Amino acid sequence: MKYQNILIDEPGRKEFLLGNEAVVRGALEAGLDFASTYPGTPSSEIGNTLFYIAKKAGIYFEFSTNEKVAMEVSAAAAASGLRALVFFKHVGLNVAADAFMTTAYIGTNGGLVILTADDPSMHSSQNEQDNRYYAQLANMPMVEPSSAQEMKDFMKEAFEISEALKLPVLFHTTTRVNHVRGIVEYGDMKEKRGKGYFKKDPNKYVPIPSNSRRMHKELLQKIEKAREIVNNSKLNHVEWNGGDIGIITSGVAYNYVYDVVKQLGLKVNILKLGFTHPFPDKIVKDFISKHKRIIIAEELEPYLERETRIIAQMNDISVEIYGKLNGFFPRVYEYNPDVIKDAFEKILGIKIPREPYQPKKVDLPARPPVLCPGCPHRATYYAAMMALKQLKIKDAIITSDIGCYTLGIQKPYEMADYLLCMGSSIGTAVGFSKATNQKVIGFVGDSTFFHASIPGLIDAYHNRANLVYVVLDNRTTAMTGHQPHPGLPMDGMGNKAPYVDIEKLVRGIGIDFVKTVDPYDIKETIKVFKEAIKHEGISVIIAKRECALLWDAARRKQGEWWVYEINQEKCTQCGLCSDWLACVAIYKKVDEDGVERVYINDALCDGCGVCATICPFDAIDKRVIE
Amino acid sequence: MNSVNLIFAGVGGQGVLTASSIVGKAALLSEMNVVMSEVHGMAQRGGVVVTEMKIGDAKSPLIGVGEADIIIGFEPVEAYRVLEKAHKDTYVIVNTEPIVPITASLGDSEYPDVDELLANMQGLNVLPLEATDIARKVGNSITTNIVMLGALSKIPIFPIKKEVLIEAIKQTINPRFHDINLRAFQMGYEALKI
Repeated sequence: MKYQNILIDEPGRKEFLLGNEAVVRGALEAGLDFASTYPGTPSSEIGNTLFYIAKKAGIYFEFSTNEKVAMEVSAAAAASGLRALVFFKHVGLNVAADAFMTTAYIGTNGGLVILTADDPSMHSSQNEQDNRYYAQLANMPMVEPSSAQEMKDFMKEAFEISEALKLPVLFHTTTRVNHVRGIVEYGDMKEKRGKGYFKKDPNKYVPIPSNSRRMHKELLQKIEKAREIVNNSKLNHVEWNGGDIGIITSGVAYNYVYDVVKQLGLKVNILKLGFTHPFPDKIVKDFISKHKRIIIAEELEPYLERETRIIAQMNDISVEIYGKLNGFFPRVYEYNPDVIKDAFEKILGIKIPREPYQPKKVDLPARPPVLCPGCPHRATYYAAMMALKQLKIKDAIITSDIGCYTLGIQKPYEMADYLLCMGSSIGTAVGFSKATNQKVIGFVGDSTFFHASIPGLIDAYHNRANLVYVVLDNRTTAMTGHQPHPGLPMDGMGNKAPYVDIEKLVRGIGIDFVKTVDPYDIKETIKVFKEAIKHEGISVIIAKRECALLWDAARRKQGEWWVYEINQEKCTQCGLCSDWLACVAIYKKVDEDGVERVYINDALCDGCGVCATICPFDAIDKRVIE
Repeated sequence: MNSVNLIFAGVGGQGVLTASSIVGKAALLSEMNVVMSEVHGMAQRGGVVVTEMKIGDAKSPLIGVGEADIIIGFEPVEAYRVLEKAHKDTYVIVNTEPIVPITASLGDSEYPDVDELLANMQGLNVLPLEATDIARKVGNSITTNIVMLGALSKIPIFPIKKEVLIEAIKQTINPRFHDINLRAFQMGYEALKI
């Protein structure tokens, strides 16, 4: 799909869209004026899409410094009467939670939609928290789309709900809705409002205790009003197939239920819920009282199930309910058609014929995600590892952070001992430095540094922590797909932007030991690591070198390419490059003469030359490719 | 089943996502329903990439065990890894050129013999293809994914017409590279022995 196709004003047009692209289309159809985010999988493509189209569409869009800032930026836009969208991954809502909770109290003028992208099965996350509970916690309406088409349709509807109730709406998505592709039919586009106007009214917008006491009551009244809307919403519907078994489902789980019911020709009725907070009590009461048995299929936490059980209890409805609380469905990992089939077999006492091919057991080599060839982080980790070896330090505590560089956990580097969340490498380093006598080294990426690390660094300075803090500055937000950040001269709409110099910022705090190194210069980097480790107090190293993927793309565009190869006559198989630098492009092979030799895969080598720099025998040569 | 179910399996950097998106686009052009799931995130290069696709009356973006009708394996080990989703009549196109993962280069595991791997797939409709080699002959190994699509279009149960798939390629890929990719497609089509 070409990004500009999202902008075509042609109701009825069909496109094959990623869920995250469809959601942008839905926001455009709703007349979106304003958007903000901090990138995070599985939400990142929403920001990437807006990055390409925002200017053309006349929308303000920014990659904010972190999710809390993104939440605040969009809340103010909506308070000014604009339609605003803020989006992030599930754990991003934890960062934004303080602002998020109060946004519900204060309410909104223009539509405000907060999209959370949860990650069941933790494809690229540290946990699989179910953010639907945030809607309950904050008393905020919530919708849960199931498909690419619904990503678009529900987004448009979410803005309507938000403006009708003057409340922000939580838009709950999961990986298999964000990263599903499907056919999406376009609707009509609403007019944008352009610039907003903020009508001052401190009693309405400033939650000092005397105001917030009133606000809380008003919020509860609003959510009761929302209950009327939810019970009549077209986002909730029943598919009647007959029989006395009913299934209640939402989100991506609905799709698996639909396919399995269809495939087996089961006589069951499906209540498909799309607007799930406040809970549609009348619809559910009516549905469960028409059935003898109710099956509840939802990923992760038993949110629908608990609410349904409450309704059964309060209305004295006697019905068998099968869900997670009585062990029929799993509470971990994402669902798939087989999870639904397993549950149906247990609940309905049937045997579903499944005849998979039984592949012969073969020990397949694992293919874990790895640092790319040429990745500057590999060079930095190699240098840190060598510095520690040379100083004979074996028990240094390495605090890590969120980014590609977390892969430093792998052998041979083993550069990750403790990790909590975005920005935690510095706070936890302070803690370890105070709690133990061990050496502590913290690693953080450039985008994560800006996101949540600066308060921690100030804490380290003020409280005289003894630690080494390394900023792996690869000049981009690499892991989520190369979004800009405040350290770069470009903003979220592709405009030139002023940038923050990390070294100046660190010096500004008052820290004296700050050194910037080029990690490809291995000798110098090892030297600086040794100095920093020996230094008493806080020392900061900025390992600055552009992400290899960006460097590669730039050189390919210029038509410049070279690789490195092993000179077998000089190579002594010492293993420094293959076992210690451990670049993915370097491998060992037993040749026909029975001798094992080291080779470089020229299709993977990106020409960084770090292996040639560290080779003690000068046995790695550059080969320019014409 | 009411749908034809496909799995594309390979390694980051091989163009698996592009190839599967082209098939989805072709389904749209053929006025067929299509739903596809992909995983983004960690491992830009060198990690496992799998997309699952259903063409027909289906909503679920994931395929059940034993329900994949066609597997498009861009790499031998990655093709083998998804075989639990195959049934006895599944077509498995396998690009025979391995990409050795770092775990094997570090000696933590061993890359299996490709011929043995193919022999172990007995019972299925296994269709080996030297796709990367064909792509090199066409002029650039980067067209391997389009070679695989050419082969896919020859599978009898694949519901999309060859011309429509070619049209989807044209609509997706930069016109500057149409010639080389269309040659790759045709070579893939001709090379598949079925």
